[in-house]
Amino acid sequence: MPVQGYMYPDEVELAWSILVVLYPFITGLVAGAFILASLERVFRVEAVKPTYRLALLTALAFLIVAPLPLQLHLGHPERSFEMYLTPHRSSAMAMFGFVYLWYLMAVLVLEIWLDFRRDIVLLSQRTKGLKRFIYRVLTLGSTNISENALRIDERIGYIITVIGIPSAFLLHGYVGFIFGSVKANPWWSSPLMPVVFIFSAMVSGIAVVLLIYMFSSWYRKQKIDMRCVDAIARYLFYTFLIDFSLEMLDLVHRIYEADESFRSLDFMVHTRLYLSQVVIQIYIGTLAPIALLALTQLLKLGQKTRKRIYAVAGSLTLVGIFAMRWNVVIGGQLFSKSFLGYTTYKMGFAAKEGMLSAILLTLLPFAILWVLVKLLPPWPGSEPVVTGGPAPALGDD
Amino acid sequence: MNISRRHFLILLPAAAAAWDCVLAGTPEAAPNYTLTKHWWGMLVDISKCIGCGNCVRACATENGVPDGYFRTWVERYHVSDYDLPNPTVDSPDGGKNGFPPILGAGGKNFFVPKMCNHCADSPCTQVCPVGATFITPDGVVVVDKKYCIGCRYCIQACPYGCRFLNPKTQTAEKCTLCYHRITKGLTTACCEACPTGARQLADLKNPNDPIHAFLRTHSVQVLKPYMATGAKLFYNDLDGSVR
Repeated sequence: MPVQGYMYPDEVELAWSILVVLYPFITGLVAGAFILASLERVFRVEAVKPTYRLALLTALAFLIVAPLPLQLHLGHPERSFEMYLTPHRSSAMAMFGFVYLWYLMAVLVLEIWLDFRRDIVLLSQRTKGLKRFIYRVLTLGSTNISENALRIDERIGYIITVIGIPSAFLLHGYVGFIFGSVKANPWWSSPLMPVVFIFSAMVSGIAVVLLIYMFSSWYRKQKIDMRCVDAIARYLFYTFLIDFSLEMLDLVHRIYEADESFRSLDFMVHTRLYLSQVVIQIYIGTLAPIALLALTQLLKLGQKTRKRIYAVAGSLTLVGIFAMRWNVVIGGQLFSKSFLGYTTYKMGFAAKEGMLSAILLTLLPFAILWVLVKLLPPWPGSEPVVTGGPAPALGDD
Repeated sequence: MNISRRHFLILLPAAAAAWDCVLAGTPEAAPNYTLTKHWWGMLVDISKCIGCGNCVRACATENGVPDGYFRTWVERYHVSDYDLPNPTVDSPDGGKNGFPPILGAGGKNFFVPKMCNHCADSPCTQVCPVGATFITPDGVVVVDKKYCIGCRYCIQACPYGCRFLNPKTQTAEKCTLCYHRITKGLTTACCEACPTGARQLADLKNPNDPIHAFLRTHSVQVLKPYMATGAKLFYNDLDGSVR
């Protein structure tokens, strides 16, 4: 039964599809991965160092893909540049382009370039053919890797990371604001929304880096640094507790206040959103990973068990956060603004905004990450070594 | 005025562009229409609506509204005196072809025509990322379909569910208050087609408009006043159960 009760006639068809679900999911991974990376750089958490560069490249791979679901969703993607040329200043969405560009160019790309510059310069001298050309382009003509130059790189990198943390909060908090500021929709309209989005972003970003690090170590037949994964899992656990508390606060507030939309939303949670919200998001995607992570904190478990628990908890976390995005975006459109009826989301498979597009867009960042990792190996100990004495000043800039 | 050869060459492309406009013709005459002298809204008298659907059909014909989408529609409310907060509402095909026999006995039944509220502080214009939807100086919320990027944020932001994405143009669409008609001194298609005068176009800046006498002597309301949108679709005899 597609429509139950009464919907305004133009509400029956959902305006935002699964592609709009992907957008906050992907930007969340970006922001979370970056915040994890910044732990090492700014807060000097040495334990997570093995994932520092990997987290940065992960953030970049996902950030490159972040605008694609939106582009595919737009009725006129060829006009999207108008957001840069004639942004409507009162629109929360109009700032997306600027926030995105700021984060991509001023924070992430710059930080990665500074961090990898020494490797890039050395690789541009050691490789041949096309690879050499690519590395030479990536040096941007800056080939000085003297100690002094690297110290300056480190200093600027630190400043950029310090700027990057509020930027990451801005990137995803802002995505939350896009939803939280829609007063017409009680499911979205909440000042807590940007905060919940930021914490859920951190949760998902930490989980994805943890999983990628464990998978890549296994794939490369390298030993997993348990001190590192234990630290990451601890951060995941604490962040998840804050995130879950915030979401519960929002829920309790809604139940206790029970405003005019409550009956409608309550009905939805018990029927159309029961599977995705209660079962997948709360039980499978939040309580289960929190319980698993709590076990690792409370009990003295062997390495093998801990690794398995982290892998399961990380995967469940991603499922839970994706379900959360789904419940926000799709759930917010399943009920009528008249609070008198409910509709259904029909997702096509091979359609422009169908499941296949969503799957491909979810896999694309991993393909980009694979290329990035091949180009700029982020593994500890994989940095090219300068042979024959101390690092020479190879350029004069 | 002396025009040098250099100036002449500079002016030439501008003149060519201007000539294009001359050839395209001036917009159809809207004699004596001054934007700032009007502030449009509409009055809906619920007690007069008979649910015939003429307005919905007239709107669809006048504006080429695609099937299955509505710039205006009519709802039928059935409110039981035992369950006031939970009315039963239907609007088969937007009420385009009228309504089937009554849903249930007892309680009260009435029709509520709906359309864009042409809000003075409209959330839809606020959220448009490129400013494709805007409020005209005479108070009508419209969409520039040559500019709209089709993001659908405005559809989400409208508290009244009055917008949709046109599947052909892939741009947001809504009631324009028949802007092409009212600026020429005509009324809207829906008002013109209404056999009982349940819909009345209102110019709130015109002191001679009968709306002023009506507003002085009747209790009128807007939908969802708590949304503070400055809605200009005024309802007479609006029941508290209407959402």
